[in-house]
Amino acid sequence: MRLRYAPALTLALMLGPVLAGLAGTLLPAIGIFPALGGWAPSLAAFKALLDWPGLERSVSLSLTTGLAATALSLVLTALIVGSWHGTRAFRWLETALSPLLSVPHAAAAFGIAFLIAPSGWISRALSPWATGWTRPPDLLIVQDPWGLAMTLGLVTKELPFLLLMTLAALPQAQPRRSLTVAQALGYGRLTGWLKVVLPRIYAQIRLPVYAVLAYSMSVVDVALILGPNTPPPLAVQVVRWMSDPDLAQRFTAAAGATLQLALVVGALGLWLAGETVAAGLGRRWIARGRRAHAEALARGIALVLGALSAGAVLAGLAGLALWSVAGFWSFPDALPDTLTLRPWMRHGPELLEPALDTLLIAGAATALALALTLACLQAEQRFGLTPGARSLWLLYLPLLIPQIAFLPGLQTLALMAGADMGRGAVILGHLVFVLPYVFLSLGDPFRSWDRRHATIAAALGAGPARIFWTLRLPMLLAPVLTAAAVGFAVSVGQYLPTLLIGAGRVQTLTTEAVALASGGDRRLIGLYAIAQTAVVVLGFALAIAAPRLVWANRRGMRGA
Amino acid sequence: MLKRLIVGLGLTLASAAGAAPDPKNWDAVLEEASGQTVYWNAWGGSTATNDFIRWAGDQVQARYGVTVEHVKLSDTADAVARVLAEKTAGKDEGGAIDLIWINGANFAAMKENGLLFGPWAEDLPNWRYVDVAGKPAVTSDFTVPTDGLESPWAMAQVVFYYDTARLPEPPKSMPALLGWARANPGRFTFPQPPDFLGTTFMKQALYGMVEDPALLQQPAEDVDYDAVTAPLWAFLEELTPNLWRQGRAYPQTGPRQIQLMADGEIDLAISFSPGEASTAIANDQLPDTVRTFVLDGGTIGNASFVAIPYNANAKAGAMVLADFLLSPEAQARAQDPNVLGYGTVLDLASLNAEDRARFDALELGIATLSPDELGPALPEPHPSWMTRIEADWQARFGTAQ
Repeated sequence: MRLRYAPALTLALMLGPVLAGLAGTLLPAIGIFPALGGWAPSLAAFKALLDWPGLERSVSLSLTTGLAATALSLVLTALIVGSWHGTRAFRWLETALSPLLSVPHAAAAFGIAFLIAPSGWISRALSPWATGWTRPPDLLIVQDPWGLAMTLGLVTKELPFLLLMTLAALPQAQPRRSLTVAQALGYGRLTGWLKVVLPRIYAQIRLPVYAVLAYSMSVVDVALILGPNTPPPLAVQVVRWMSDPDLAQRFTAAAGATLQLALVVGALGLWLAGETVAAGLGRRWIARGRRAHAEALARGIALVLGALSAGAVLAGLAGLALWSVAGFWSFPDALPDTLTLRPWMRHGPELLEPALDTLLIAGAATALALALTLACLQAEQRFGLTPGARSLWLLYLPLLIPQIAFLPGLQTLALMAGADMGRGAVILGHLVFVLPYVFLSLGDPFRSWDRRHATIAAALGAGPARIFWTLRLPMLLAPVLTAAAVGFAVSVGQYLPTLLIGAGRVQTLTTEAVALASGGDRRLIGLYAIAQTAVVVLGFALAIAAPRLVWANRRGMRGA
Repeated sequence: MLKRLIVGLGLTLASAAGAAPDPKNWDAVLEEASGQTVYWNAWGGSTATNDFIRWAGDQVQARYGVTVEHVKLSDTADAVARVLAEKTAGKDEGGAIDLIWINGANFAAMKENGLLFGPWAEDLPNWRYVDVAGKPAVTSDFTVPTDGLESPWAMAQVVFYYDTARLPEPPKSMPALLGWARANPGRFTFPQPPDFLGTTFMKQALYGMVEDPALLQQPAEDVDYDAVTAPLWAFLEELTPNLWRQGRAYPQTGPRQIQLMADGEIDLAISFSPGEASTAIANDQLPDTVRTFVLDGGTIGNASFVAIPYNANAKAGAMVLADFLLSPEAQARAQDPNVLGYGTVLDLASLNAEDRARFDALELGIATLSPDELGPALPEPHPSWMTRIEADWQARFGTAQ
């Protein structure tokens, strides 16, 4: 392969499907859908969309929950890192939060729903001795009309993501030196961090923050479980229109998907404007020079909220795990009557086949993504290509465009191309989402590799290929494997791409879990949630363990 | 040029016609089916159904060499969307779906848009056992004639289940239900439309309110829809504030109600499967104090079908599977409450003694009503009622918050 073309090939593989899929969505929105007799452009679909009585509430729900979840996650991330980075409590929190990244969104949401519902675990633990409830109270906690439960559910999943992104960005910001100076000038630990380090960090985690915003605004599975439904957020309603038996609703669905896209773009604009305002206010706040703001209180709050967030997901998962072995378990018993392995005996063998397919697809998509990423990075280095801010935006594009806005179009495209129904097509579909994450997690470690090693090797007569294979790659084993684990996790979690491109014939743990979840049987949901999480955690465990085994006698190579 | 095109077209048509198996020549169908893989797209949210489908697949594999892959859907409309996408892309053969579990509005939509293969169903060998006279729903799917485009495999009828430990005397009519809900707010709910069960609850309520139920057999556009449904909306206006969560949230599917009842959140729920409660008790999902009842005046019944998309890849294999589902053996198994608890579509009088014995041997589950107790099923209204009631409910209650 000609290395020089690697970046172009990568971009084509990643953006081609997105853009083609978008076209496949926009055309039906303006009335063009030949299979349903739509030949001429018309605005009827948008009129139907505007006539839908729930539109205003749906749109405002998408906006408020998305913006609130993003802002909360960001603030909490800044508070936690600012107050606790470098302490033992932080390492503990980091250990607790990072595996949460691998818990599938739907599983986490189910766990949290079981925790906080009026008949949930917390209420059971307190009933009837403390609350006097022998029947669950009729309270609207889950699926509340303001989307609070949904926002909190999103925060518990986005917080670990932003936290890890921040940690990845920290070394380049070199916080230690600035903090030492700030603290010497009398600034408190947190206030100093917020004033000196955060502005530099934020510049680096902007795109991940935008990805969180776009995701939170258009999420479907979490919204179905924790979000309000009368009416639901827009993305859920679009899915409902798409699955309406009245096929004419497909036009409305396409118009809704277009609106969803516009909404995300608008919210990003709003966020950018907010950045400018925050920067102005922040500059004045910094200039005022106040040294500390209720430091102890803020640090305490950060720790408690961080622990609560991690605790909610972990306790929810524990609840689901318990359900998977529970006999009859009714309110207000805090624990099931009996334990039984029957669900595992009955459904355990069925897990094997989808689990193997999951591993195969995730493995292949990750390997492809790794190869492309390494080729791009190597080409960048060898031909002195400088990645601009624009290419970073392109990289994030698949994460910024709502899936619902381009996947249905992509499905039609895949059919027309004849590339369809097999695992191969699904792997290519997953690649679109795996590539950005692999690239983002590998880019910085790769670029910050000390090139003096290469200079010495070249002086000793090694060619570029040899330097890459025998020097650079082995030295970067730990970050490469971490990137692989992240990519693997992303692939395992894909639902819509697998379903739409695989024609339902390719079944992974995630597609099975979602189909079974529609039946609401907590035992099965628990069983699949555990299987899904186990697969991903296994990937991360391998990524951490492998360098230590391979470099057992090379301490400096084992990574952090 | 034109000539070559016409010849080419003729050849394509001929080969397409040659590819379509004819159930009248059953031996040829069996021969073609052997070795085929049938992708059966069926809702995957119920473990009982999933297990049954796996069993049926094992049987046709052993007997006819047909492999069955169950594509588990979270919504049947996903399969309709798939066929539609294939038609959009011009993929008129070798489609991904060979058989769909379908009925009602999804069938009407596929039939109307020419997305189905057939007619084939009434030429299946086991069709002779089907109770066409006694169960009109097997050829009239929500009043839409099936025209041999889909083959029935199970009967369903609306029942309600309730926990006798908390509700000794359930309300047996819609007015009684309303009175009970007023006295006990928050203890009843139904799946949120567009879930079919929620809309079915409304159609059931409507049955008790119209003077002439025959009106419901006509398309809603042909009658005074507003006048006919006015009492229904008045009823729901009063019921909704007394529902679980004051009607501000709903379970999203039927089986979710099982969990709500086990959690003690509701005391009464609607189901389209007379055996569902018994099966759930056997699986530790419901307490054994749960029982089933039907409303005075009867409840709506319908049939579940399987249909073959126009571009299916393994049409012969799909027919063999559909025919097996109609066999007395498969029907008796489906009716067993320990397996599925679905009603049979067969006329038991037409079976030989051995096959009848299979049905006589079945024991009803503790919460399952006997066919006599179930009573005669009311026919499904025309699909347009479902569509309009659903849309109106959305506008009145589904977006009100």
